[in-house]
Formats: sequence, structure tokens, C-alpha cells
Amino acid sequence: MRLKIILALSVLSGLILSWNLHTMFLKVPDELNQGAIFRIIYFHVPSAITSFAGFFLAMFCSVGYLIKKDLRFDSVAASITEVSFAFTTITLITGSIWGRIIWGIWWTWDYRLTSFFICWLLYVGYLMLRRAIDDPTTRARLCAVLSIFACVDVVIVWKSIEWFRTQHPGPVLSIRSGGGMAPGMEAPIWWNFLALMMLATVLVLIRMRQEAMQREIDTMRRYAHAF
Amino acid sequence: MTAVAIEGVWKFYGDFPALKDISFNVDGGACLALLGRNGAGKTTLLRMLAGLSKAAKGSITILGGDARAEKTRARIGVLGHGIGVYEELSAFENLRLFARLYGIENPRQIAMEWLERTGLDRVSDGLVREFSRGMRQRLAVARAFLHNPSLLLLDEPFTALDDRAIAVLQGLLKGALAEGRTIIMSTHQLREALELATDVALINRGKLAYRGERTREMLEDPGWLYRHYGEA
Amino acid sequence: MSFLQQALAIAGKDLRSEIRSKETVNASLSFALVILMLFSFAFDPGSDQVREISGGLLWLVYAFAGTLILNRSFARELVNDCLDALISSPASGAQLFFGKCLANYLLLMVVECVSFPVFIIFYNARWPARWGLLFLVMLLGTWGITVIGTLFSAMTVNLRLRELMLPTLVYPMLIPALLGAIRLSTVLIAGEALETDDQIWFKLLAGFDVIFTVLSLALVEIVLVG
Repeated sequence: MRLKIILALSVLSGLILSWNLHTMFLKVPDELNQGAIFRIIYFHVPSAITSFAGFFLAMFCSVGYLIKKDLRFDSVAASITEVSFAFTTITLITGSIWGRIIWGIWWTWDYRLTSFFICWLLYVGYLMLRRAIDDPTTRARLCAVLSIFACVDVVIVWKSIEWFRTQHPGPVLSIRSGGGMAPGMEAPIWWNFLALMMLATVLVLIRMRQEAMQREIDTMRRYAHAF
Repeated sequence: MTAVAIEGVWKFYGDFPALKDISFNVDGGACLALLGRNGAGKTTLLRMLAGLSKAAKGSITILGGDARAEKTRARIGVLGHGIGVYEELSAFENLRLFARLYGIENPRQIAMEWLERTGLDRVSDGLVREFSRGMRQRLAVARAFLHNPSLLLLDEPFTALDDRAIAVLQGLLKGALAEGRTIIMSTHQLREALELATDVALINRGKLAYRGERTREMLEDPGWLYRHYGEA
Repeated sequence: MSFLQQALAIAGKDLRSEIRSKETVNASLSFALVILMLFSFAFDPGSDQVREISGGLLWLVYAFAGTLILNRSFARELVNDCLDALISSPASGAQLFFGKCLANYLLLMVVECVSFPVFIIFYNARWPARWGLLFLVMLLGTWGITVIGTLFSAMTVNLRLRELMLPTLVYPMLIPALLGAIRLSTVLIAGEALETDDQIWFKLLAGFDVIFTVLSLALVEIVLVG
């Protein structure tokens, strides 16, 4: 049953993505100031939202684990974190490419990129901690605590870097140049958002299956070695 | 009067059950020898009793309270594999620290008392890192006993002790039993432990394989228990 | 056996241990001095550029040197299984944690107070007129480093890669506090006036300290026991 859901979601998201790509490249005209590259916003913004949401979702699952002590909560938290990590990387890379084309620089310390880079580092910490602990129960417990700390920290990081950049205005990665966008241009963002969310869900579900199988293998290995 | 009540306790490493549905009681004033092969789950169980980890399922009631409650921990003395004293502190400072942590009213006095009782009073200001092995063990015992614990938890206490040290420890434990304290001790040193024990429990592959009184038979033939109940 | 009494007993034990062996403070101090020296090769001391980055330099030194102290914090309890002895005592995880925070805080402040005059000398800076406020910034910023560092020291104590994991986990977490401390320190060392905008950083530091102290005290028992 689970496999069917995964398959259905993948096919659906694949279809929507293809349709979006078609819309993006063939229907929507080049933006006035930015040219062709502005299309990157269709991936950049949804990725950013997905990766940011990941922190909070993972934290809820972590709290769930600490209360219920059910390892499945830990699987969900870990899977969400990993997928969010991938999307954070995409956000950083697309932001960087955009910056290179428009500003001529690969990187800049504008507040959003900086905050996202810190998010990326926090995710890396979580993933490293997961790999450093062998016992699944201890791993779940410690990673849950880390997840809570990271989420609280992310909120503080965003606020503080925003203040910092208000005092030290630097280059601003404003993809929305000028006011809003022409109506035809905004729709693909939301469609892509839907597609990427579905893709993220698919990846999380696949990852959760992997975690469940890994737990089974772990258990069998312990049985084999124990007595 | 039940000193320790263990009910339906499970402990998992991931999905692997290290302890499966362990249930047994220990009466006040009893001395329970906890037996089992390496990896059977003795240390895991003892650690839970000592408040060092929590059971995944089930309950542990010690002296009427939860194992992790402050009041309960104040009445438990623990002697694990490590001696649990600090190398850079003196014998006196170590005992005084633990006396304070255990809420004793006159920590200095009690510390000095126990240094005398374990024959360490002449080296009370010596740093532990300069102590011999035997002296460290005596200090560890002092640390475990100084707060007058009603329950003593010992993890393989006779391991690596010479015969004199074994005799000293046995003497202390006999005295403790005579005072009505309860002892739970995991051990491989069957003879020494079975001499002291009033009760016996055998853990095999995470399950409770046997729980009963220590019989004459067991004392005369220490391997008896393993032969009859050792293989699940 | 009040909370503070237990915490102070633990703090006293840590400090007494450290004063006798001096290993951690010496290592931390040497490290701080070496970094200060290395940075002086990278940046021309005395120039205007240094004035702009003075706060950053200082807090980088404090953060790096501090990691040595924080790493040792729970690691020193592994010898002789002393951590088990402490956890099975009536002292709660929070009391244990807070006691260690107090000890680490003091040690870190010592390293910072010694490094600061060295920094002034190496970089030909002037002793800041408003050194009182700068000291306040050090007090607030250092507590943030201490609390996060001590908690993660507890978390990583049993890991093989402890020395690697602690900095990886701690530094990203500390960025907001370091940002505030750096900004305020730079202004104060340069002798400039604190604008109203800058006061927000004091609030940030205080808020950071309060939030993470509360969170740590609440979660440390789970980290240590389960």
C-alpha cells in the first residue's frame, strides 16, 4: 500500500514538474531586467520554503519521539531532516547561480543566504551526529534533543542576521525586482511548490522505508552476534 | 517488605530487546546474586536500578519510590566497574564531595570516619592518582557506603581483587546484611558471591531464567545453576 | 541539598581538579595566544582594518580557545566512571549541568581576561574607555558559549569522534550570540559611542542566554539518562 502511494506521488509530481518546465521555458516570457535566469526563482523559492519548514517539522517529530519513545517518530524526523538538507543545498546553489549571473559574484553575505548557510551547517551537524552514534535508541534520543536546539536556534539566527544586515546593508538577493510579478509569471511558482512538496514527501517516505529496513537489519545483526 | 520490585521491564537497543519482560522482587535484607553470561543483560539491569538509564517498558520500584527519584537515589549505594573517584582530588576531598552530594549533614566528619574504617586515614590528603590499586578499591567502597545506603548495587565487585581485598569486602557486605541492608550483586565469581547470597537470579539472553533462594546445592556446586537453567 | 548547593559542590570539584592539574586552562590559554599571534600575520596590526575587525578577532579567539575547555568538561568524568557515580547520586542532571556550567564559565572568563590585554598589546589597540560595558559583553557572550558548549559536551561525551563533533555542533548554534558580541565589542574597543541600534544586541545576547539556559536545564536530564 505504502509503495503504491509513493509511486502515485512520484508520478504525479513528475508530471507537474514536467508541465511546469514546459510552462516555464515555453510560455513565460523572459523577465525585463533579469533575463532568462529569473526562472531559477521557480526552484529557488519553493526549495527555500521546503527546507525551512523542515526544521519545524523535524522538531515536532523529535518532541513526539521524546514523549512517545516510538522509533518511528525518529525515522520521520531523520528523513525530513535529510530531505530538507538536500533542499537547502539546492536553495544555496540556485541562489548562488542567480547571484553569479546578476551580480557577477558566486557568493555574497546577504542576510538570506547567510541564514540559509547556517541552516545548512546545522543540518550537517545533525547528520554527522546521526552517523556518530551506533545504538539506535541513544541516537534517536540525542538527535531529538539536537533537533529541538537547532530549531530554536534557527529562529534566533534569522532574526539576528536580519538585524545585522539592517545595520550593515549589503547586497540584497532580491529576486523579486521591482514590485510583484505579472500574473502569468506567478502561477508556476505555486505549481512548482506543489510539485516540490510532493517530491519532498516521496523522498521522505522512501527514506523512512530505508530507516525501517535498516532497523530490521540492525536487530538481526544483534541477534546474530549477541548469543 | 519488598525493597526492589521489578515488573515487566524491557530494554531495547533500537528494536533489539536487551531485556525481555523481566519481573522479580527482592525483599529487604536479602542478598541477591545476579548471575548470567556476559552480554546476558545483568549490567543493563543494574544500571537501570542505579538510575543510570531508563526502562523502555515496565516499572522499577525501589524502596517504595521510582528509581530515578532524588529520595530513592540518596538511599542507594553503587559500586560499578569503575571506582567512581576523582584522580586529582585527595581521598578526603572525594569522600567529602560525595557526602555533600548525598545530603549528609556533616560531610567532613563522615568522610574522616570512613577513611578510618577503610584504613585510608593516613593517606587522607593523598591524591588518588598516587594510590595503589588496593587503596583505590577501598576508597571506592567508602564512597559507596558512606551515606548509609539501604540498598547496595554491586557490579562484579570481586573482579580483580586479591584475596585480602576479597575478605575485606566480604566482611563489609556481611556487616551490611546484618544491619538489614539489601544487596544486589552481579558476579562471575560464583563462590564468593554464593557464600553471601540469600537469593539467586539468572538472566539468560535477556530473559529471567531462574529466580529463587540460594540453596546448599548451588553453594557446593556453583555451576549447577548454569547447567540447569543456563541455555534458553 | 538545594539546587545551588549541589551545583556549587560540582563546580567546586571541577575547579579544584583544574587548579591542581592546570591542563585545560594552560592548553586553552596557549591556544588563544597562538591564534592571536597567527592572526597578527594575517592582518597588519595597528591598521584601521584591525579596528574594524577587532571584535571579530577577539571572539574568534574566545570561541576557539573555549572549545578546549568545554570539550574537557564532561570528558573528564569518564575516567574511573565518575560520570556514573555522579548521575546515580541524588544530584539531578540539571544540578550537575549547572555546576559544570559555572566552573566552565569561570575558567573561560579567566582565559578571556588574560587574552584581552595580550590582544591590546599585540594589535596596538587602546584600552577601551568603556571597559565596563565591554566586560558586560564578555560576561553575556561567554555565558552563551558556556551553556551551549557544556550541553553539547554532555551530548557528545560517549562518542568516538567527540573532539570533532563538539565544534561542528556548537559553532553554528553560537552564531547569533557571537554576532552580537562581535558587533558590540568592535564598537566599544574602537571607543565609539553605542548607538540605539546597538542596544538591540544586548537584548539579543541576554535573550539568547536566557532561552538556551532554560532549554538546556530542561533537556539535560534526557541527554544524560534517557
